Formats: sequence, C-alpha cells, structure tokens
Amino acid sequence: MTLQTTAKTEIARGAAASTAIEAQNAIVARDLDKFFGEGEARTQALRDVSFEARYGEMLYIVGPSGSGKTTLLSVISGILRPDRGAVTVKGQAIWDMSADQICEFRLKTIGFVFQDYHLFPRLTTAENVAIPLILKKRPWEEALVEAKRFLKVVGLEDRAHLPPVKLSGGEQQRVAIARAVVSQPDVMIFDEPTASLDGDTGRAIVDFVRHEVLNDQRCIVIVTHDARIYEYAHRILRMEDGQLKGVLDGDSIVGD
Amino acid sequence: MKLGELTGEMRLAYKLLVNDRTKFAALLLGITFAVFLMLMMTSLFSGILYRSSSAVINVGAKVWVMDPAVTTPATSIPMPDYVQDAVRSIPGVEYAVPLYSGVGLVKLKDGTFQAATIVGLDDTSLFGRPKMLQGKIEDIYAENGFIIILDADYGKLHSPTIGTEFEINNNRAVIIGMAKVTVSGLFGIPTLYTTYSRAIQYLPQAQFTTSYVLVQPKSPGDVPRIKEEVKRLGYLALTEDEFIDQTAHWYEFHTGLGMNLLIMTVVSFIVGLSISGQTFYTFIIENLERFGALKAIGAKGNELIGMILFQATFTALTGYGLGIGLSAGVTALAKLRLPDYAARLTFPSLGGALVMVIVIVAISSYIGVRRVLRIEPFDIFRS
Repeated sequence: MTLQTTAKTEIARGAAASTAIEAQNAIVARDLDKFFGEGEARTQALRDVSFEARYGEMLYIVGPSGSGKTTLLSVISGILRPDRGAVTVKGQAIWDMSADQICEFRLKTIGFVFQDYHLFPRLTTAENVAIPLILKKRPWEEALVEAKRFLKVVGLEDRAHLPPVKLSGGEQQRVAIARAVVSQPDVMIFDEPTASLDGDTGRAIVDFVRHEVLNDQRCIVIVTHDARIYEYAHRILRMEDGQLKGVLDGDSIVGD
Repeated sequence: MKLGELTGEMRLAYKLLVNDRTKFAALLLGITFAVFLMLMMTSLFSGILYRSSSAVINVGAKVWVMDPAVTTPATSIPMPDYVQDAVRSIPGVEYAVPLYSGVGLVKLKDGTFQAATIVGLDDTSLFGRPKMLQGKIEDIYAENGFIIILDADYGKLHSPTIGTEFEINNNRAVIIGMAKVTVSGLFGIPTLYTTYSRAIQYLPQAQFTTSYVLVQPKSPGDVPRIKEEVKRLGYLALTEDEFIDQTAHWYEFHTGLGMNLLIMTVVSFIVGLSISGQTFYTFIIENLERFGALKAIGAKGNELIGMILFQATFTALTGYGLGIGLSAGVTALAKLRLPDYAARLTFPSLGGALVMVIVIVAISSYIGVRRVLRIEPFDIFRS
C-alpha cells in the first residue's frame, strides 16, 4: 500500500468517524475561534473551542462573566458567525447555510429561552407562546390551540388570556419555555434561565425542564452562573478566557 | 378585510400595534391632524380657485373671446362691437353673443351703497341665464328689470323680494325674479343679472362695451380654427376649461395666495411628519429587543420589514380616513355657519393628502426598518 493510498484511507476513516459523531450528537462544535473589535481593541472571545452535545442530554456551559459563554451559545445556535471552525446541528453544518436558511433552520430546529424572557407585553400569554408557530406559517387559530396545549404542559392553561405582565417571574419563565418548546425543536438553548428567579423557583423551573421538556430526541444547552441548579446537568463545560477548561459529568458535578 | 384574513405575521403586527393603545392613539392623532390640516389648506385653496372662475362656470359658454390682456373673468377689458360680428363670420361658429360683466354701486333704501356684480346677458338669446327660483325669465325685458342671485351675499342688498326697488347709478332698478347659479362669486358681493343693453345703459362705459363674446362652435373640431381666426383679429379665444385654468394660474402665481397656502400645507406636512414619525420611531425603539427576539427565534428580515410596513400602512390609512372625516365634518359645519366659506374637498386634494401621508409613513417606517434590521439577535443574549 502506497503512502498516498494510506493517507486517503485515513482521511476516509476520519470522515466516516466524523459523520458518525455528527449523527450521534445534536451539536458538534469544532475548533471555534471568535474575535471582536479591531486593532488594539481586538479581543478573542473563543479560543479553539470544540465539544459535542448529545441527544437526551442537558449540557451546561458555566464560567465567569466575559469567559465567552454567551458568544459560544450564539455561535452554536446560528446567531453569530465564528471566525474559524464549524458547527453541526442535527448533522447539518449551519455556517455553510445562507442567512435565510439559517433563520429557517433556527425556527425549525432550535428553541430559545432568553435571560429576560423577551415576552411581548401587548400580546396574551397564549399569543406569546404561539409566535414560533405563527412564524412557521401555521394558521393563527391553530397556533393558538397548540400554544394553549403547551401552556397546559407548563401548568399555565388558566393564564392563557392574560398578558405576561400579570404573571410572576416564574410563570413568565414557564411561558418562555412553552414558547421555546411549542415548535418541538430538537435543540433548546437557555440563556441564564434562573437569573431573575429566587432559588426555589429557579430549581423548580430547571427540574421541570429536566423531567418534562428533555427527552431522548432533544438536547438542552444551558448557559448559567447559578450553581444551585448544577445538580440537574448531565455534563458541565467550564469556560475561562474563551477556552474550555474542563468537563464535569456524573458524580463529579455534585462533588465539585 | 377581516382580522381573520390577515396572515399570522400581519395579525401579530396588528396586535402589537393596536394593543399599545396610547401609542396607537398618538400615531392616529398625528396622522389625522396632519391630514386635516393639509386638506383644510388645499380644499380652501381649491374652493377659492373654483369661485374665482364662477362667472365662467355659471355662464357655461364653450368658447370665450376676450382681450389678450384679460387675466381673470373679473378683469374684463371691453372690446369694440365689431369683434362680435367678426367672430360670427368665422367658419365653424354656430353663434356668438356678447356678454357684459362689471361692478355697479347699488343705492339701498336706507341710503347706503353696496357694490354688486352686474351681468348683462345677450338680449336676444339670454345665453348664460341663471336657473330661476322665483319669477319668470322673460320679465327681464320689463322696464328696469333685474334678477337677483340667491347666494350667501344676497342679504347684503337687504334681502330684496320681487318688486323691490333700488338705484344703480341713479337709474331705477326693480327685482323681477330670483335665481340661483352653480358657483358663488369670490369677492363677497351680490350678483344681479339683466339684459346686455340695459347693463351698458346703467353702468358708466368707456369707449367699448363688450366684455366677452361667447361662442358656440358647430363642433369641438372647429375650436382650433376659431381660436386661430380670433388670434388673427388680435384677440384671444379660450375654451371654458382653458379660461378656468388661466384664472387658477393667475391666482396661484400672481397673488401670493398659492405660495401662502403652499407654505401652510408644507407646515401641516412637517407637523404631521414630526408627530407621526417620532411616535412611530418610539414605538419601534420600545419593541426593538422584541424584534431582536423574533429574529433570534427565526424571523427573516423581510418578514420583519413586512410587519413594520403593515403597521405603518394600517396607521396611515386609518388616520387618513379619520382626517377626511374630520375635514368633511368641519367643512360642513363651517358652511352651515358661514355661507361664504369657500373650502371644497376635491379628489386632487384628497389625492395630494394621501401622497403626503404615504411620504410620512415611508419616512417613519424607513427609520424603523433601519433600526430593526440593524439589531443583532446576539445583542438580545448580551442584554
């Protein structure tokens, strides 16, 4: 066997292995670099970050402020283009897509729960939850029926007609979760989901997400500072200065 | 269109707009008053122009022959009698009659004087006669017979009835009938109709007496030839529409009226633009993060633009409709109290206001769209 043939075989094996990894994992991030600013103000927010997030897994990304968590979250969800590296979500290289394709992909595949919920105060709770379905061109009435079904799942069916401002922080968070999950996404992204909640409510919310929202066909990625909810994670990626500094899983999470 | 017929995104945009009642009311108020102000200015202008041509409209001749220096129907320059004969001899002319138009001083019973427009109709044909309301038109041939027009200025002659007498330049005049015309005059003085021969007898004359020669062409195709022949005579022949246009042009560009009303219209536009633009911009800014959230969820740029344009268009058309309603209501009320009020809502005024509203909306939504397109979903995470 010549050197060239060996190299080709190795590349083929590598590609096959890579495809297998991408098929097994909901998210595969490889060699991600991201810079902000120009000249002397240029800073590196992500440094050679690689990781996978599996189906059926609740993955936390933790680290101090400025460590690059939010940047990483934005890059893997198709919101912020990396300067180097690749992201595969559900086997599709998202940064090879056009801007409109990425929007479409996000709408179909990824559910978002924002830190401040970003609910529309002038819409009812049910209408807020129905937004992803409306953007997916589902008829209005049908979207509302579906939204109310998911409000029932999060225990807020009797709040469907109220505007979000009439709800408590925990209830608003559950509305945001219902909105994220209503279009049945395979990947869910939570940005500091407990930041505005007290300890008990925060734990109750994450417990609900772990046991009612997470399933074998879904992956949940949570960026958080809140150590009180670490016990619900399957794995925790720790970031510092834009780099992954370690992975905790199993008993090590509780121990650590 | 029913709410249910809107697409989901448009319905979402509608609810975001309408449910924010304070801002929506402020937006509507801005557009409504802008439209109201613009319409009041342009309809007043339109009414004044319309009235300035009242003589042309009321008499209704197809072609008017006049001295080339005439600018408006009110500033007639007498022509020699031969002009009428010369015009009659032009091929294509079915008939041509003289018209006298001037202003006389009427001495009332209490000894006061009131100026009045005196129209002298061709004795033979009475071409251009008004529509009689009381009395008989043939009584115009009776001694000293005059017909008074029942319009807003009628009362200035102490509301005469049939048989009322007064003096015009020391000549006895008797009201033999009352009539109405299509358009009231611009200058706020009463109008009296009599025969051409009596008019030139009662009113002091220069060398010549014919104010206009009114021509009925045999066919519309004869008009260019008639105009050409009249021009050879050293006079000017204008069709009814041309005379109205010439009058409007003169008032627009030689009196300052057009410029003053244009300035007021522009001010109304700027006020409307400022109120509506500022309110719409504030509305967009307050919803900016939520538009960002929609972007993050997966809304495309063109979908967000569609939502903003829908909101702006809906507000504009609603405000436009309210503005028209308000203008029509105020005009109707004003005409009840002030019969002389000249404002007249016309399709060009409505069209002009619509164009200005579209410009206001286009500018407001352009600013809003720019801000929404510039927001990055990443900013939503960072917030």
